[in-house]
Amino acid sequence: MKTSLPAIRPPIAPGVPSGGGPEFLTTKLDLLVQWAQSNSLWPLPFGTACCAIEFMSVVSSHYDLARFGAEVVRFSPRQADVLIVAGTVVDKLAPVLRKIYDQMTEPKWVISMGVCACTGGFYRAYHVVQGIDEIVPVDVYVAGCPPTPENLMYGILLLQEKIRSGELARHRESKTFVPIRVGEDPKGTIPAYSQAVMAPHTKAGPMPVMGDTAEAEAELERKGAKP
Amino acid sequence: MSALPPGAKGRVPACAPLLTRRFPANVWIEARPDADIPTISVPDPGSLLEVMRFLRDDPGTAFDLFLDLAAVDRSMLRAPVGPRDGNRFLLNYLLYSVKRNEHLRVRVTVPESPAVLPTVVPIWPAANWFEREVWDLMGVSFSGHPNLKRLLTHNGFVGHALRKDYEAGQRWLCTEEDLLPTQLAALTDAEEDVFETTTVNFGPSHPATHGTLRVVLRLDGERIVAAEGECGYMHRCFEKMSETHNYQQVIPFTDRLNYCSPMLNGNGYVRAVEDLLGVAVPPRAVAVRVILGEFSRIMDHLVCIGTNLVDLGALTNFWYAYQPREEIYSLIEACSGARLTISYVRIGGLAADVPENFVEWCRSLLPKIRARMADVDGLISKNRIAMKRMRGTGVVSREDAIAWGFTGPCLRASGVPFDVRKDSPYDIYGELDFDVPVMTDGDNYARYLVRMEEMRQSMRMIEQVLAKFPSGPIITDDYRVALPPKEMVYNEMEGLIYHFKLVFEGIKVPAGDIYSYTEGANGELGYSIVSDGSGSPYRIKVRPPCFPLFAAFEKMVPGGMISDAVATLGMLNIIAGELDR
Repeated sequence: MKTSLPAIRPPIAPGVPSGGGPEFLTTKLDLLVQWAQSNSLWPLPFGTACCAIEFMSVVSSHYDLARFGAEVVRFSPRQADVLIVAGTVVDKLAPVLRKIYDQMTEPKWVISMGVCACTGGFYRAYHVVQGIDEIVPVDVYVAGCPPTPENLMYGILLLQEKIRSGELARHRESKTFVPIRVGEDPKGTIPAYSQAVMAPHTKAGPMPVMGDTAEAEAELERKGAKP
Repeated sequence: MSALPPGAKGRVPACAPLLTRRFPANVWIEARPDADIPTISVPDPGSLLEVMRFLRDDPGTAFDLFLDLAAVDRSMLRAPVGPRDGNRFLLNYLLYSVKRNEHLRVRVTVPESPAVLPTVVPIWPAANWFEREVWDLMGVSFSGHPNLKRLLTHNGFVGHALRKDYEAGQRWLCTEEDLLPTQLAALTDAEEDVFETTTVNFGPSHPATHGTLRVVLRLDGERIVAAEGECGYMHRCFEKMSETHNYQQVIPFTDRLNYCSPMLNGNGYVRAVEDLLGVAVPPRAVAVRVILGEFSRIMDHLVCIGTNLVDLGALTNFWYAYQPREEIYSLIEACSGARLTISYVRIGGLAADVPENFVEWCRSLLPKIRARMADVDGLISKNRIAMKRMRGTGVVSREDAIAWGFTGPCLRASGVPFDVRKDSPYDIYGELDFDVPVMTDGDNYARYLVRMEEMRQSMRMIEQVLAKFPSGPIITDDYRVALPPKEMVYNEMEGLIYHFKLVFEGIKVPAGDIYSYTEGANGELGYSIVSDGSGSPYRIKVRPPCFPLFAAFEKMVPGGMISDAVATLGMLNIIAGELDR
């Protein structure tokens, strides 16, 4: 007895139909590469603080990042293509982050996980980088303190979409990357990360303390902040 | 409920007669009726070393454990704290006597210039990093210190950040050169000529450090000759930030200290403020704090064991350890609305009531945790590979553990049965029946077993609290501290005024200072708070339990292999957020 089941073929790449077609496909090379890249992201978790704990939750069994093809966590920058900065980055750590980013091979992407990595969060303080985009270019910002696992997974899905769309949102060569908040260095003698870290040296004013607003105002007046 | 352990309030140190006899002029005994812990002050820094040595060595004092060094810049302080001699800096040395179970605070003041004190490192080796931290953030230097350089901030930093005249937002450039450990030159000893040693940098971004820790190792083959630890890669300025926020606003910051067990940090902090205020907490809130606190302790130990076993090559345990965590997260999320950084405690109680099925939910969690723990237990506790990796590595003797300032599971694994929950019970721990697990080996395997047993004890405690779970309000009705209910705000003038005052001015905490200590997941978690009577803390100093542990790491690993160092680092359970604050 002969049974013939039709072979089930999943869609190979965007725009390529599945089913019992011929044994070849036609597509654009770009599309094929983007499809492959987006579905096998190898993250390097630059986990520093609370967000790293949530990242561990995302890769462990309950949330199972393997469903999106991004579970192969690599701690060597040479083997990774998406840098997930999970947690606060402080000034002392800034050169380290920049170095790791520089060591990653192209193509590479950066996800900034959590508000500390995005903006410094509620640490408006003397030793905290106010957003990692001072140091490295960021592709996807994931908000939350820390983001829920669903939130991070959505961020990864957004990154996949971005890769598939072929969008280039930044300069690919890290040497020519110009940080958003650039300091004053017209000759360009200082490496990019130092320049970036140096930028927010402008003094943030003293934060008014609740309950002492009248005093805080008086102090501002004394310092000449009042026109 | 929030009162200090019975007998602690207003207590003069038991060794007071001894001290007055021995040092009639050089030691003042503070006998404030509202004192939190026994306090003495040394008016003349010249005699500090003599007094300190006596405090450690005399059998009648025997303060052998150095807990903390909290410095206060008094230049803007409106209410007097400490000796009124006009000196700018006040340093509080916090000591503990293992033998006599007594805390002691020793106050010393230093003028602005010269801000120099003799070092106590020869007396308590644990003081090494504490003094470096004070030098870094407060600018008080210590003569005779073996390695007085910046600890938390980088080498390019200018000024001392916790001084009151330092602006909270002032940052300084950090280049790669600022990260080079200069001390490494000192490690290059005569051995280098004989043996070919290599220097290996371990961290701050390394999978086995579980956080941003850095250790520089000098290796002879695979054997470690010397090591140097460095921290500060996660220094988020908690203490400065807390000075610019009011008391309630500090709670979210405390969640992010030890982010594996945020409930315990929050509880420790609000207890300190409640003790300053003298506010009583409703029994239901205390019960919830204890239950969720013990669940947090279980989570913390699970992270420690799970991630450390990954480093030892046993990945399966990581999945087993994380599954119960997700279950506990669901419970905590139902109570507080957040998984990790929960901000659930409030001064005087809790932010919200627990869900209706809280008791059943907690009960249903316990068998699930036990099942997963049994999996880990069965896979690891008698596993030959795991035992070879953990037994006899990272050994710390009882004397060393005390001298290095260990507390918590690591101290108990070295044979000292010190547990704050048992030795000075707070909340309702005094009414609970539980055991303090102690091992005498002091190696990584002992730390692993102590943690496993502590989780079982935590579950025992949870069961007991659940059996008598009280009903009633979850926050105090003292409206100077807690927001009044909305019906009162909308319908009564007084309610509106209370609400308005609290929101705009924050809680006015009476002037004074306090050291309040609880048992965190890694050991004694202490908060030194100085209040000047305004709505925001004048100074908060945290005594992070990890800090002495990581400071001792560089002394624990030489002589062993690199792989042993990984096992040791994991079993010490260093949490960067708490270590660097």
